[in-house]
Amino acid sequence: MTAPYADQFAAFAANGGGEGPSWLPALRQQAFERFAALGFPTTRDEDWHFTSVTPIAERTFKVVKPAPTALTLSDLEPWLVDESWHRLVFVNGRFEPVLSNFAGLPADVQVSTLSEALREEPAWVQQHLGALAGFDRAAFTAMNTAFMQDGVVVRVPKGEVVEAPLHILHVADAQVNGAAIHPRLLVVAEPLAQVQLVESYVGLGSATYLVNAVAEVSVGNGARVDHYKLQREGSDAFHVGTAQVTQGRDSIYHSFSFASGAALSRTNIYTKLAATGSEARLNGLYVLDGAQHADHQTFVEHLAEACASRELYKGILDGESHGVFNGKVYVDPIAQKTDGKQTNKALLLSEKARVDTKPQLEIFADDVKCTHGATIGRLEELPLFYLKSRGIGADNARALLTYAFAAEVLETIEIDALRVALEKAVFERFTHLRME
Amino acid sequence: MLKITDLHASAGDKEILKGISLTINAGEVHAIMGPNGSGKSTLAQIIAGHPGYEVTSGSIEYDGQDLLEMEAEERAQAGVFLAFQYPVEIPGVTNAYFLRAAYNELRKAKGEDEVDPIEFLDIMEEKLKVVEMDATMMQRSVNAGFSGGEKKRNEILQMAVLEPKLAVLDETDSGLDIDALRIVAEGVNKLKKPTNATIVVTHYQRLLNYIVPDFVHVLAGGRIIKSGGKELAHELEAKGYDWLLEPAGV
Repeated sequence: MTAPYADQFAAFAANGGGEGPSWLPALRQQAFERFAALGFPTTRDEDWHFTSVTPIAERTFKVVKPAPTALTLSDLEPWLVDESWHRLVFVNGRFEPVLSNFAGLPADVQVSTLSEALREEPAWVQQHLGALAGFDRAAFTAMNTAFMQDGVVVRVPKGEVVEAPLHILHVADAQVNGAAIHPRLLVVAEPLAQVQLVESYVGLGSATYLVNAVAEVSVGNGARVDHYKLQREGSDAFHVGTAQVTQGRDSIYHSFSFASGAALSRTNIYTKLAATGSEARLNGLYVLDGAQHADHQTFVEHLAEACASRELYKGILDGESHGVFNGKVYVDPIAQKTDGKQTNKALLLSEKARVDTKPQLEIFADDVKCTHGATIGRLEELPLFYLKSRGIGADNARALLTYAFAAEVLETIEIDALRVALEKAVFERFTHLRME
Repeated sequence: MLKITDLHASAGDKEILKGISLTINAGEVHAIMGPNGSGKSTLAQIIAGHPGYEVTSGSIEYDGQDLLEMEAEERAQAGVFLAFQYPVEIPGVTNAYFLRAAYNELRKAKGEDEVDPIEFLDIMEEKLKVVEMDATMMQRSVNAGFSGGEKKRNEILQMAVLEPKLAVLDETDSGLDIDALRIVAEGVNKLKKPTNATIVVTHYQRLLNYIVPDFVHVLAGGRIIKSGGKELAHELEAKGYDWLLEPAGV
């Protein structure tokens, strides 16, 4: 299945893919070889048991050099969320300076495209690129590393607190049909720095394409990174996204994953609590319909004492959709006083919707508090009756309770404009009413 | 307004109501009393359209309509209101949104225009006074984390907003301290009109010190075993239920 990519890789390496500092082609070569050796994962792999990537593997997506876009800012208006945010916009994988605006960032905060960073600070990039996102056992990460075209590099210096969120908006339009986009994100928050990232993926049409994104996030001692990911790809798209995070002492990594797009998607969020007192909060909401398939895998490694992890994932599934949640927690023998809690809940709106959920706790320390809970259910009769007894019709009552189910996790979004936008989107999707 | 005739109802295999007949006219307050497990709450919930019970025979006529043929929301739109014994918590939906949605559904059913959130604020300001509730309660999720007293007050607030023709209060006094009881009862009394009727379901007589009934019915074993005026409630307070149960064969 990976064989057709060999020619592509050769052509890519000869044409643009060979650019950059001398270590980069070697890294790509190594990654491609690993990708070819691993092949696409199958359902025999434990980590992919409930998700078949056959629809991705049986196609050959082409890495292309996209043309400059004709899209304007007003075309993107629904996806900007808040125009006051710092913003980098990519269309079909290509950075669009005219649509972007991040000039207002503090001068010592370094934000640039990956290609610019490779020109300006190759040594710094070499030090961090691939440092967290290993591809030894991860075919999609290997594929990204081999083919990555562009991306974003963020470096927040020690003690700097970036006030407004940084929005990295990836747009795919009709021209992307048949293509693969391999975006890369590299974030280094130095000690005591704080930054909020919104990584969003939007599809404007019904093109069939693959987005295979990799983010590497290093959260320094006492630093905090809020990382929101919004996956709203086109209905025939495929999306695989991996975030690999490492956390320093007393750091906070807060992740929120919203997934409502793509025919097939997989989101991996892996964080290492590598030093004492660090905390990971991983929340998410997926909303599926039709034949959509969305898989979330989280992996929290407690590798030091007195770290905390909190996870709340919720799914709303209609039609014949299929949701997967696999939450892995590893507690190292050294990680005493670990405090871990994982909750995932799914609401099935139809007879044919399906959820597979698998919490996996591996605990090797004895003085820890780790809990997990999973529920899969339908709307309850009593709240429905309560709403109906107040004159609210059955359809609206169901819609309101569906929204209410989502609201609990949407409340964890700490960027007001984003929370309101997602609440509104979810509310209007289910109620067909307008939210003021 | 309401005419219940030989009503039999069951939950699963268990028959709970075994032939209830009751007529309620506009302007009247009826108290339904009885020991635990007598079927009082079942009757209240059946009037509101609770899906957990099956009416096996008998009829309920409301304003000339067959109430049992109506969906719960249609009953509400026609002016039937149940104050729940255990109000349901709905985290994620604010009280303000919930109340306005309900209010607008009733207006739509009457062919009236919906009110917008600003207009609704004005309406709420007046209604909140009825139950002495603070406006901040409007921004909290429906009943979520409310104390027992707050939940019951919230029920009466909904009643004030929806202005039902037939209000059924199911054990509204249970779990209330004396101050909350007074506020709730005064709220109910303020909402009383010659054109509406109230059914007060209660185990204890004390609520009836505040909401004075025109008729008192004792329900036991799924049947009304005695009816009388308000003095019957005092008699029950003094003597309990046992003196009625044995002669009735319950």
